[in-house]
Amino acid sequence: MTSDPARDDVVLKLTGVAAGYGRIQALGGIDLEVRRGQIVTLLGANGAGKTTTLKTISGLVRATAGTIVLEGRDIATMKPHEIARLGVVHVPEGRRILRGLTVRENLEVAAFAVRDGALRRSRLEQVFAQFPILHARQGQDGSLLSGGEQQMLAIGRALMQGPKLLLLDEPSMGLAPKLVLETMKIVKRLNRDEGTTILLVEQNARLALRLADYGYVLEGGMIRMRNAAAQLREDRSIVQAYLGGG
Amino acid sequence: MSLSVIIAHQLVNGLVLGSFYALVALGYTMIFGVIKLLNFAHGDLYMVGGFVGFLALSAISGVVGSGWGGIFLAMLLSMIGVGCLGVLIERIAYHPMLHAPRLSILITALAVSLVLQNAVLALTGGQYTAFHTDLGFGGIHLGPIFISYNQMVLVATAAGLMVALEFFVTHTQYGRAMRAVAIDHDMCRLMGIDVSAIIGVTFFVGTALAAAAGTMAGAYYGSLWYFMGFLIGLKAFTAAVIGGIGSIPGAMLGGLILGLLESFGTQIPGIGSAWKDVFAFAVLILVLVLKPTGLLGKSEQERM
Ligand SMILES: Nc1ncnc2c1ncn2[C@@H]1O[C@H](COP(=O)(O)OP(=O)(O)OP(=O)(O)O)[C@@H](O)[C@H]1O
Ligand SMILES: [Mg+2]
Repeated sequence: MTSDPARDDVVLKLTGVAAGYGRIQALGGIDLEVRRGQIVTLLGANGAGKTTTLKTISGLVRATAGTIVLEGRDIATMKPHEIARLGVVHVPEGRRILRGLTVRENLEVAAFAVRDGALRRSRLEQVFAQFPILHARQGQDGSLLSGGEQQMLAIGRALMQGPKLLLLDEPSMGLAPKLVLETMKIVKRLNRDEGTTILLVEQNARLALRLADYGYVLEGGMIRMRNAAAQLREDRSIVQAYLGGG
Repeated sequence: MSLSVIIAHQLVNGLVLGSFYALVALGYTMIFGVIKLLNFAHGDLYMVGGFVGFLALSAISGVVGSGWGGIFLAMLLSMIGVGCLGVLIERIAYHPMLHAPRLSILITALAVSLVLQNAVLALTGGQYTAFHTDLGFGGIHLGPIFISYNQMVLVATAAGLMVALEFFVTHTQYGRAMRAVAIDHDMCRLMGIDVSAIIGVTFFVGTALAAAAGTMAGAYYGSLWYFMGFLIGLKAFTAAVIGGIGSIPGAMLGGLILGLLESFGTQIPGIGSAWKDVFAFAVLILVLVLKPTGLLGKSEQERM
């Protein structure tokens, strides 16, 4: 354990990170910082590179340049499952519920790396307490849940992993407006009650900025703007120019 | 013989045959599940399993005898040894090809099949190897029907292995992870699962089941041959597809159905045993026409 409190405060720090797919460059060298206990939001139009940023942090996409430092340790060359085991939990776009596995099995297998059976069981109880619908549907095939329930399952799965840093990719995608608000409340609650640090990607900029402490705006694989969420919220031109609608 | 006796007889024969098919089909379907490869070498691993079981029994029969006790032990040793061989083949031959075009890895599987066959051909000179055991000819008479103890032990052992497998895939973390890897590699990685390790476990388990079948078949039929894996490989593949490739209960069901159909097929006047292989593949075509995903297979649609 390091005793330097200033450094302790930064959970994740990206410096000059570039990444892409084959010859396509999707990130052109970005700097980004997430502090402990914060919600940081990553905004930008379609194709701006938001998903790629999260995938690069979780190791699904290899960084071609730069460093990704998690609590003082460079994880840029680590494998995705090793990064996940360090507590960086990525809930991908589209939820990716494992079809053919029941709701309960989806939760249990998410805690694969948790060797302590008692800890797994207590986490399962916590998830069921937090999402009673998952408890009620535990024996059902996870892919048969409704969109909102699947989102709860996806978040429940993340909680089974004991996240230190949660990467959420458009958790409200495809949900009815009421469920979008519900999802955002869950995100807020996780952050406030459990102290979970969150990096949130959202299409709905207004909502995200209401929740977040700090925000980044991505454009064409570059950070276009960064500021406290309260400041970004004030700037109507930003909301209109980059975030599609005010 | 009356009709009902013939039926009872073929039922028993079909169960025995179906047990072998099911055990081999299980590995086929599990391996297909995790890396979407039709492992054409799988039947040959059944063959190697027979030979390793035979060698193991020769080594230990002095101490434990060569009744069912000795055969069980030899079977376990063969399962472990050939299971490891399966893992080795995956690491050396398939692993480097996982991101290559599908056809390359299929051709690799054919090559592995040829290597295994030819290695055993070279070692045995292409001769049949007699698999001596002390299995008796005893059994029980149920009225006019005779069921040998060997048949009973064999079917019970196969059933026991399948129950154990079912427990493994539904009640253990490794088993669940195996099913998860069959659905979504990247999601598994994000959940902290070492996908490559799970693929290794799958090859071990799948190959070990084929080795168990090989040892039992060798002991039951009393002989081994370097080419004995070819046809059963095709049949097991057929059984896996009939049941729905990728589905574990499907492979068990497909194996049993195929075994029963074949043994009953030989009784149809005018068809006879010469036609029994035609029978298997005709059923395959029929199932594929009526239900392309197999009896218990699911379509791939809802993947997002
Ligand atoms: N698998 C891929 N192969 C090739 N190019 C890709 C791939 N995934 C993304 N890209 C490209 O990389 C760029 C960034 O994509 P990314 O998915 O990160 O955007 P995004 O900000 O998440 O967009 P959205 O809001 O639509 O989810 C885009 O130009 C996209 O076309
Ligand atoms: Mg995206």
